Amino acid sequence: MARTVTGDRPVRRIGFTQTLNRWDVKVSPYLYISPFFILFLITGLFPLLYTAYVSVHQWSLIGGQGEFVGFDNFAFTLANPIFWVALRNTVSIFLLSSVPQLIIAITIAAVLDTNLRAKTFWRMGVLVPYVLTPVAVSLLFSFMYADQLGIVNNLLTTIGLPAVPWHSDAFWSHVAIASMVNYRWTGYNALIFLAAMQAIPRDYYEAAAIDGAGPVRRFFSITIPSLRPTIIFVALTSTIGGLQIFDEPTLYDQYGRGGNDKQWLTLTMLIQNTGWRENGNFGRAAAIAWLLFLIIVIIALINFSITRTISRVDATRVAGARRKQKEVAR
Amino acid sequence: MLSRRTTAAAIAGTAAVALVLTGCAGGSSEPTSSPTSSSSAPSDEQITLTVATFNNFGYTDELLAQYTELHPNIKVEHTIAATSNDARSNYFTKLGAGSGLADVEAVEIDWFAELMQYSDKLYDLTDPSVADRWLSWKTEAATDKDGRLVAYGTDIGPEGICYRTDLFEAAGLPTDPDEVAALLAGDWDNYFRVGAEYVSKTGKAWFDSAAATYQGMINQVQAAYEDPSTGEVIATENPEVRAIYEEVLAASATQSAHLSQWSPDWAAGQANGDYATMLCPGWMLGVISGNAPDVTTWRVANAFPGGGGNWGGSYLTVPAQGEHLEEAKALANWLTSPEVQLQAFLNAGTFPSQVALYDDPALLDATNEYFGNQAVGGIFADRADAVTVAPFKGPKYFAINDAMVQALGRVDIDGTDDVESSWAKFVADVQALG
Repeated sequence: MARTVTGDRPVRRIGFTQTLNRWDVKVSPYLYISPFFILFLITGLFPLLYTAYVSVHQWSLIGGQGEFVGFDNFAFTLANPIFWVALRNTVSIFLLSSVPQLIIAITIAAVLDTNLRAKTFWRMGVLVPYVLTPVAVSLLFSFMYADQLGIVNNLLTTIGLPAVPWHSDAFWSHVAIASMVNYRWTGYNALIFLAAMQAIPRDYYEAAAIDGAGPVRRFFSITIPSLRPTIIFVALTSTIGGLQIFDEPTLYDQYGRGGNDKQWLTLTMLIQNTGWRENGNFGRAAAIAWLLFLIIVIIALINFSITRTISRVDATRVAGARRKQKEVAR
Repeated sequence: MLSRRTTAAAIAGTAAVALVLTGCAGGSSEPTSSPTSSSSAPSDEQITLTVATFNNFGYTDELLAQYTELHPNIKVEHTIAATSNDARSNYFTKLGAGSGLADVEAVEIDWFAELMQYSDKLYDLTDPSVADRWLSWKTEAATDKDGRLVAYGTDIGPEGICYRTDLFEAAGLPTDPDEVAALLAGDWDNYFRVGAEYVSKTGKAWFDSAAATYQGMINQVQAAYEDPSTGEVIATENPEVRAIYEEVLAASATQSAHLSQWSPDWAAGQANGDYATMLCPGWMLGVISGNAPDVTTWRVANAFPGGGGNWGGSYLTVPAQGEHLEEAKALANWLTSPEVQLQAFLNAGTFPSQVALYDDPALLDATNEYFGNQAVGGIFADRADAVTVAPFKGPKYFAINDAMVQALGRVDIDGTDDVESSWAKFVADVQALG
């Protein structure tokens, strides 16, 4: 732009153009990204703060705002044993779904990354469960996991194993619900891992193969460390999704209230039960929602540091290899 | 090579689309909400009225099409929630939000009192044409403290006992409906005594679950959970509640099939003969014939332990948030008229609350092909006569009863608790309702 400025223009004008130019460089990127943050303010931050406002009041579903009660709703929630049962269930379902899901997803991705015939078919195939709605998956699975006449228990008893108490035992109900989550999400995560794997330069593998590393060694010493940012991303998203799990446990039985003994009542279901179903207590529901938010932040941070340390050791080795490669290229 | 890859992708794509379609089909059985039609219109303009019900009200498309024939400018759309629980949370959520409810919304008797707290959010349906249309207790419950009638009664749920003749025969019990009625007439002790005899002869279950049987027993208690005069919660101290709780659990230890009501196992149990009897309000007949279409041995006995019993029954309301209040009122009036309710009864067995029908031969002689052409209309008219108690159901009735159903389920179905520890959890649940 400065090139177009000729000598007959006023000096001040040149200065202004330059100022504009400098602003353009400094401010424009923020302007371009601002629509997201403006939308976030409206749809994310405002509800978050408003929920906090609701949580310190008496607030009924239909009657609306009542008295200011300070942290009473939080105190009630923390003293309520049902909250802790719901937290236990949520964390248990989250672990049973996220951990196997990540391991299986990486394995599937590694298999898809090899030389397969009809690649696109297999890759789209793993995504098929993801296009099913959670409601449809849950209905299907809840029939499979019916206690007396479900397919799973029928198969088990046919081969002489005892039937599993899918609804009365808390642990088994968590396994069943986690299997619904895994069914839907494993393929999706596998594709994300696959994309990241394909970005790993093939020379690493060739060099390692020449050095005598077998497939297992190559997988653990090259693939896993190179996937580090992807693993962190997938772990974080599945943490957030896993702790907010709602559709699957709600549709696990015909009542949607988490079992007679709260066997599979999750925190989001407890929010719904408190705010809408039992007595329309929005204040308490908002307090649980805020506690859930804090729990997610804490667990996400823990998760972040764990996944970082897991792949750090090998990552330094890969970084070293990269540096060497660059030197060779020069 | 390229063509093969494209073919593979096409196959995978088709499979994905097919699964999406099946996914949608599965999802569509879920409760859906439909937006109310906007823009207020003069009465001869084309409008669409929405009706929201649950389970099976007997409002078939053909029945609703009759209204469009009478009023060519009005189209009626019908959405159905799977259970009364779903309909309830939908109703209260949208009543609080101030929009989103259908023009005509169905309400079940168990949570009707809860809704009556907010009767000012319902349109006044008082109309000379509906005076004396219903049983007096049905109308009284729908009249708020300012004397406004805010709901029109649809059906009531007088209960008989459904049983399977093949299972009775195998146990050496009589199979003829009249003989079975004589056998089961009496109090609950008698019902459980016959059950014990059945179990000892066959080793199979007598009834479906403790909670389902409890439902029939608690509906014979005048004021089970709340004090009618003060509204105070008495559920946990009421000796009657505790006695019924203990009695039904004592029986269920040996006589229950341990199948949670409305679960897939429970529905399959009606086809497989997992239990010999169940409590049967009129609307249950449609449920049974739907779950066990191939079974020919279900019959209904004109008897109910401990006197008569009423389970369920519903109302239609017009939420004041709607756009076409007068038109919706006229539709609700038509839907609850004796003639239309009679059609609904013939469709789904929803027994009318309209008194004009009680001496109508069309109702009394109505037979049910699935139930061996028994004259079910007359049977349920007798069962309605036998109802002597109209139980008080206050604002917290539904939530307390829900906690009780879970308490019974912990002992009867899950086996996670014994009678005492489950009661303690029930007490904690009720206190948490606060």
